[in-house]
This record gives sequence, structure tokens and C-alpha cells, in this order.
Amino acid sequence: MSAGTYPTVWRPPAFFGSRARQRIALFCGAAYVVWSLTDLNIDVNRMLAGFPRALNMLARMIPPDFGRWALLLDGMMESLQMALAATLAGALLSVPLGLAAARNLAPMPVYVVARGFIVLGRTLHEVIIAIFCVKLFGFGPVAGLITLGFASAVFLGKMLAEDIENVRLGPVEAIRATGAGFGQMVTYSIVPQVLARTVGVLIYRLDANVRHSTVIGIVGAGGIGQTLSASFSRYDYDFSAAILLSIIALVALGEGFSDWVRRKLR
Amino acid sequence: MSEASVAKRYPEVWRRRSPRETALGWLWTAAIALAAAWSVSALDIEWAFFADAHVQALDLVQRMWPPRWSYLPTIVRPMIETIHIATLGTAIAVVLSVPLAFLSARNTTANGLTWAIGRALLVASRSVNTVIWGLVFVAIFGPGPVAGIAAVAARSVGFLAKLMAEAIEEADRGQIEAVQATGANTAQVYLVGVLPQVMPVLIGTTIYRWDINVRESSVLGFVGAGGIGLYLYASINQFAWQQVLVVLAVILVVVLLSEAVSAYARARIT
Repeated sequence: MSAGTYPTVWRPPAFFGSRARQRIALFCGAAYVVWSLTDLNIDVNRMLAGFPRALNMLARMIPPDFGRWALLLDGMMESLQMALAATLAGALLSVPLGLAAARNLAPMPVYVVARGFIVLGRTLHEVIIAIFCVKLFGFGPVAGLITLGFASAVFLGKMLAEDIENVRLGPVEAIRATGAGFGQMVTYSIVPQVLARTVGVLIYRLDANVRHSTVIGIVGAGGIGQTLSASFSRYDYDFSAAILLSIIALVALGEGFSDWVRRKLR
Repeated sequence: MSEASVAKRYPEVWRRRSPRETALGWLWTAAIALAAAWSVSALDIEWAFFADAHVQALDLVQRMWPPRWSYLPTIVRPMIETIHIATLGTAIAVVLSVPLAFLSARNTTANGLTWAIGRALLVASRSVNTVIWGLVFVAIFGPGPVAGIAAVAARSVGFLAKLMAEAIEEADRGQIEAVQATGANTAQVYLVGVLPQVMPVLIGTTIYRWDINVRESSVLGFVGAGGIGLYLYASINQFAWQQVLVVLAVILVVVLLSEAVSAYARARIT
């Protein structure tokens, strides 16, 4: 290589391999943005009108009105109870689901059915499931509890199945060699290997359920979401601000707790 | 060693746990049972609703079948709109999340105050669900996809910035010092020394978040923030269950496809 080919100015390496590919990628990105923005029929004037409205809304949110704290506390407690009960129910249901969806334990037909159930259950958003639960069980926290319980069972089941698939086979074979049955094999060789991680995932799910429980109220499934939705439709923004701040505080607390427990477990 | 202590150390019957561990286990079980009892009892469940739930469910299934496929052409555009909302929202979130991540990583933030501000923004963004952000932005921008894009962006910023901030905190000191040694200023150090190190995390989480956002966008219409959710909600309110089934099927296919695309892309990158 001759010295002349060395560049005198340093340029950072191209992001997509070569400069030509980078240019193509950038062009495609720009083309997509143009296409999607024209496709969405965005009304620029209405968008610009939103900014003063946002300031107005913010002005009405300050100061947050904690005057109706009893209503707020009720909603928060309901959300928290829903989350807690749903996590426990989900944990119970996830054990058979997780066992059935683990390739190394379950026979093929059981595995396929369990995996299919998990894939279907994970795809639909909690709010959609909540609508159906509200139809089936009526308005209120029960619908929320069942929604979150179902979503938790599917999530925990998936995580459990993956953990079970990753266990070391030595202990499993050792316990089998003693003549243990299926139940004993699971208790003495699988459970000790997956317990720590599963508890961690469970705590994470509790925290996630607290977050989800604040939203499914919008379709009538109980909890603080119902109160929040009502306050928004009444333009009761100072109360909405109080609810939003309380949700943020609760979630932050839950997340802190979840992080703390999982650090301890490690 | 006396006979008693030998018997104590090597008991006839094997037990997996010591008595102390067993007691602790029961204590945990009791605490969990108590928590369950408290949370369920306080929800004052109307058990009568459970009694006929299976009848209701069967009724619903019968009303849904057969799906009204003639509704399909109507919801193609809203479905594309849903994907646009997810993609544009994620794109805006990526742009905003980079400075926020640098602000809230301990080793790149300016001082304690800026770090606290960054962390507070992260928590606020992440704590509020996309749908609730939708509620807020519909009040600001009026119903439509703009509110949806803003909602998706608002929720995703915190998610992306948090994971990126963690990556920045774990970035290799050596490379940063090497760039510093060339006389680079702070912006250049961040751009050349830190950003390339966290790029894989940023790209991976962005793609992952995009497929979560496709799923989230499918319900943004419930609060009027555009997309397919509006049609789903309308069909449910009209008790047009055969249309509901079609919408659900379309959402299912699109979400599964986006998940597959995301998994493939992430596998290619790492």
C-alpha cells in the first residue's frame, strides 16, 4: 500500500459497514419518515395549537390538588391490592404452565399447546384482555385482578420454562437414578436450580403489575386508572396531576423495592 | 464423639432442610398467604359474577363466530397507522434518550443536581404507562396519531435512556482516557469515546422497544390517540363481535410479525 492512500483527515468509521451502505440506509430512513408523515395526515396547525394548550394544562395542574386524598388513597390501595393478588395468582398458575412449556420435561404435544398458549397470551395487550374481563366479570377490580393474573401467569410461565430448559442435567439424572418420581425429581433437582432466579422474576412482575394496574382502570377494570381517567374527562387537571404524581411515587417505590430484593438475592 | 452427637450429625432419615430452614419456609408461606388474604378480601369480590362467567364466555365466542372478513379492508390503513405511530414514536425517543442517558449516568453527568434531574425524568417517563401518556397528549394535541406518537415517545425515552445510562456507567475507562489524552473536549470524549461503546446496547434496546411499542400502539386508540385501537373500541361498543374477532386477528398477526422481525434483527446484530 502506498503512503498516498492514507487519509489526512480522520473520519469515524461508517455505521453500516461502508459509506455507500450508510448513505442508502439514511436515504431509506428519510424516505420512510416522509412517507409515514404524509400517510398520517398530520395537521401542523392543530399540532402547533397544542403547545399553548399544553402550557395552559400545565398551569392548571400546578399546584396538584391533594384535597381529595381519600379518593386517591382508595384508588391507589385498590391498584396495589390488585397487583399483589394478581402476582400471587399468576405465580401459582405459572408453575404448571412453566413445567408444561419446558422442552426438556414436557412431552411434545403438551409442550406445543403450552407454548402456543404463552405466545397467544403475550401478544394481546393487557388493556384488550381487560375489556373482555370487564365483559365477563363486570366492572371493578375483579376484572383487573383476572386480567393481571392471566398476564402474569403467561409472563412468569414463559420465564420459568426458559429457566427450566437451561438447568444442568447432572442433578436431574442423579435424582432420577435414585428412583425418584416426576414430582420428586422436580422438587429436588429442578426447584433448587431455578428458585433464586424465579423469585427475582416474580418480584419484577410485582413491580410491573403495579405499573399495569394503573392503566387497565381506563376500560373500567378498577384501580387508580379509573379515577385518573374520570378526572381527565372532567378537565380536573389539578387532581390528575396529584394522581400522576402518586402513581410515579408508587412505581418508583416499587421499583426501588424490586431492585433491592433482587440485589439481595444475587 | 458421643453416640448422640453422631446420630445428630448422621440422622437415619435424610432431610433436605434444617429445622431452622423449615421454620423460615413456613414463615414465608404464612406471610404470603396473609398478603393474599388481605389483598383479595379488600377487593370485595362479587362471586356471583364468577358463577355465570363461563356461560358469558361461551355466549361471547358464539357471537364472534364466524369472523366478518369483509371488515378487513377497512382496518388495513389504521393498522399501518399503528405501525407508523410505533416507529415514529420510537425514533423520537431514540433522539431524546441519548442526551438524557448522558445526563443520568453517574460518570458523564455534570454534577449531583443534573444527575438527580436526569434520574427524576427517567422515573417519571417510565412510571407512566403509554396509554396514560396517551390520555395526557390527547388533551394537548387533540385526538389523532400525533398524540399517539408523543405518548409512545414519552414512555420509551425513559426505557431507552435507563438502559443506555447503565451501559455508559459500565463503559471501558481505558478508551475514554485514550480519547481524553488526545486533548479532546468533553463533547468529543462523549461522542468518540463513550457513544461507540454503548451503540450496540442502544440499537438492541431500540429494536426491542419498537416491538413493544407496536403492541402498545394497538390500544392507544382507546383513549383517542390514533391507530387500530379506535376501531377495536368502536366495534366492541357496537357489540359487533364478528368485527372484533377480525381486528384481534389482525393485531395478533402484526404483533407476532413485529416480534419476529425484532428478534431476527437483534440476533443479526449481536
